[in-house]
Amino acid sequence: MRILVCVKQVPDPNTVVYQIDPGTKRLVRDGVTNVLDPGAEVALEAALQLAERDGESTVTVVAMGPEDAEDAIRRALAMGAHDGALITDDALAGSDALGTAKALAAAIGQIGFDIIFCATESTDGYSGMVPGMVAELLGIPHLSFIRSLEVRDGVLTGQRVIALGYQTVQCPLPLLVAIASGSHEARYPALKGIMAAKRKKVEEYTLADLDLDPDDAGEAGARERVLELLPVEERQAGVIVEDNGDGAARIAELLRQRGVL
Amino acid sequence: MLDFYAVDSLLGPEQRAIRATVREFVDAEIVPNVRGWWDRHEFPGAIKERYGALGLFGANLPEEYGCAGVDDIAYGLINYELERGDSGLRSFASVQGALVMYPIYAYGSEEQRRRYLPELAAGRLIGCFGLTESEGGSDPGAMRTRARRDGDGWVLNGAKMWITNSPIADLAVVWAKDDEGIVRGFVVPTDTPGFGAPTIESKMSLRASCTGEIVLQDCRVGPEALLPRSGGLKSPLGCLTQARYGIAWGALGALEAVYTCARDYAATRTTFGKPIAGRQLVQDKLVRMLTDHSLGLLMAHQLGTLKGAGRMTFAQVSMAKRNNVRVALNGARAAREILGGNGITTEYPVIRHMLNLETVDTYEGTHDIHTLIVGREITGLGALE
Ligand SMILES: Cc1cc2nc3c(=O)[nH]c(=O)nc-3n(C[C@H](O)[C@H](O)[C@H](O)COP(=O)(O)OP(=O)(O)OC[C@H]3O[C@@H](n4cnc5c(N)ncnc54)[C@H](O)[C@@H]3O)c2cc1C
Repeated sequence: MRILVCVKQVPDPNTVVYQIDPGTKRLVRDGVTNVLDPGAEVALEAALQLAERDGESTVTVVAMGPEDAEDAIRRALAMGAHDGALITDDALAGSDALGTAKALAAAIGQIGFDIIFCATESTDGYSGMVPGMVAELLGIPHLSFIRSLEVRDGVLTGQRVIALGYQTVQCPLPLLVAIASGSHEARYPALKGIMAAKRKKVEEYTLADLDLDPDDAGEAGARERVLELLPVEERQAGVIVEDNGDGAARIAELLRQRGVL
Repeated sequence: MLDFYAVDSLLGPEQRAIRATVREFVDAEIVPNVRGWWDRHEFPGAIKERYGALGLFGANLPEEYGCAGVDDIAYGLINYELERGDSGLRSFASVQGALVMYPIYAYGSEEQRRRYLPELAAGRLIGCFGLTESEGGSDPGAMRTRARRDGDGWVLNGAKMWITNSPIADLAVVWAKDDEGIVRGFVVPTDTPGFGAPTIESKMSLRASCTGEIVLQDCRVGPEALLPRSGGLKSPLGCLTQARYGIAWGALGALEAVYTCARDYAATRTTFGKPIAGRQLVQDKLVRMLTDHSLGLLMAHQLGTLKGAGRMTFAQVSMAKRNNVRVALNGARAAREILGGNGITTEYPVIRHMLNLETVDTYEGTHDIHTLIVGREITGLGALE
């Protein structure tokens, strides 16, 4: 099988305090430490496990981003992916979800695939829209919130997380799966993997390579507009319930009022 | 990494990636657990598979023997990060890589390399290194352990002291004098009759590492046990050069741990209405620690550059081991002071690092022995022998 994994480079959520530029209303990405999105690592882990069970599959990671997003691809290669593709072009800066999806879908269409893995959402933007859009543009089914999966005779059987448990779903290939966050524990890149990664191939794609016009993607093509930024509402002080014998009942009442019970 | 002088800018992408992977591993799997292991005087046995899977054993040896084949600076960074976790858990990897795998690689036959190195790299076999004897570790040439010729094999007799990993090891690299009085290395499986490895209890240092003796009583080994290219004291000393190089980096990891702990503590601890970090005496300690760390890191980096170019001298290694371990130990003592009473409990990492560093200051050549090695180098006059 040809397995593709969409990965993204994001400001390191463990060390960077995310800031939004009030002028552009975009996340500040300059001058911060960027890493392979931990959510993408989970999707990659699921893909690598599938490839390892199957023994004959290749895993290609696809990223869109600035030149230095190659670092994120190298990390994915060090974890065990076989090769990578980087879509990079100055004209892609400022792409919205649809623009991103168009670029990814165009590159993926050129590379070819049996199954595409995505994270459910990225750790910086959290729109969660790109996987569905990519699937739509490629005309393939999209299985969301997948926490485990198996492929046999060209058919994927997986567990899909829902509010009260999970559903078992089935779908013939080709298709796109969005992996539920936290469903797999991403491996550390082993030292041998890091050393091997520098010998692996990373193909670069520009807008022209993908037959896309500047108004398909990037700032020019973006149809989403961020209108306003508001600070998060300050948290209200909590309620302290003193137990005079009826504590449990009063807590239950509070939970009912908030619709939890 | 604590990096006041931007040594990071001297690193290549693989070196950075290797450091990142080991750092994440140490933060996730060693830092949260090491206090318990240390308090219980327990070596965490399961860590050998984890090190093996990551490729931390003998990482600088060639890929064709199942090793990662990283460069010398990356190897130093691995030691740095492991020792930021704990000196004992760094020692565990150092012994396996520099003192067991390295001699098999450097002095072993091709058959010995192929038989042992991939297994040791994966952590499926654990090794130890028996050089020191109870009477004067600083003078290994005075060793009493003997290897007597017996048919085409050898019979080993003697006792080794302070041997890291010996009670848990599958094989031991044992140094003994042959019938001509020449020091030779032997790879001895620890289940060989006549081989014993009692544990040394009650250590107040390197408590998460297992230390023991080696007792050899008519321990008979075949011809295949001899490391054929070993001969003379320079063979075990060649291993020590490798290990000392790693320690010169490792100690700075411990210094980072105690420095960051002391700095953060001082920032929040208030006396007389002011954080103690705002006091001149405390700032003096912190600045000394950070300066020592910066100087040590620059020295270690340049040492790695020289090693990679094949130009590192043993006196340079001695200087770096001597300096970096001592500044780490002094830093740990200063951090202990800054933490006041909290500095003496293992709830904070400081006293654990401080006590660990007492060993690191002594093993692989004591501080004073390295003074005499460098002293002899610069004066041409030996004060050691
Ligand atoms: C926890 C631990 C783990 C160890 N692991 C290993 C291992 O895996 N394998 C191994 O082979 N060894 C190991 N060692 C042994 C270590 O290398 C020795 O302890 C060290 O070399 C010092 O030897 P010694 O303890 O016999 O001290 P000594 O050699 O007796 O030295 C005692 C003191 O005398 C000083 N001194 C000695 N000679 C001179 C001189 N000529 N001039 C001035 N001062 C001098 C020393 O600096 C020191 O302060 C380990 C030690 C410890 C504590």
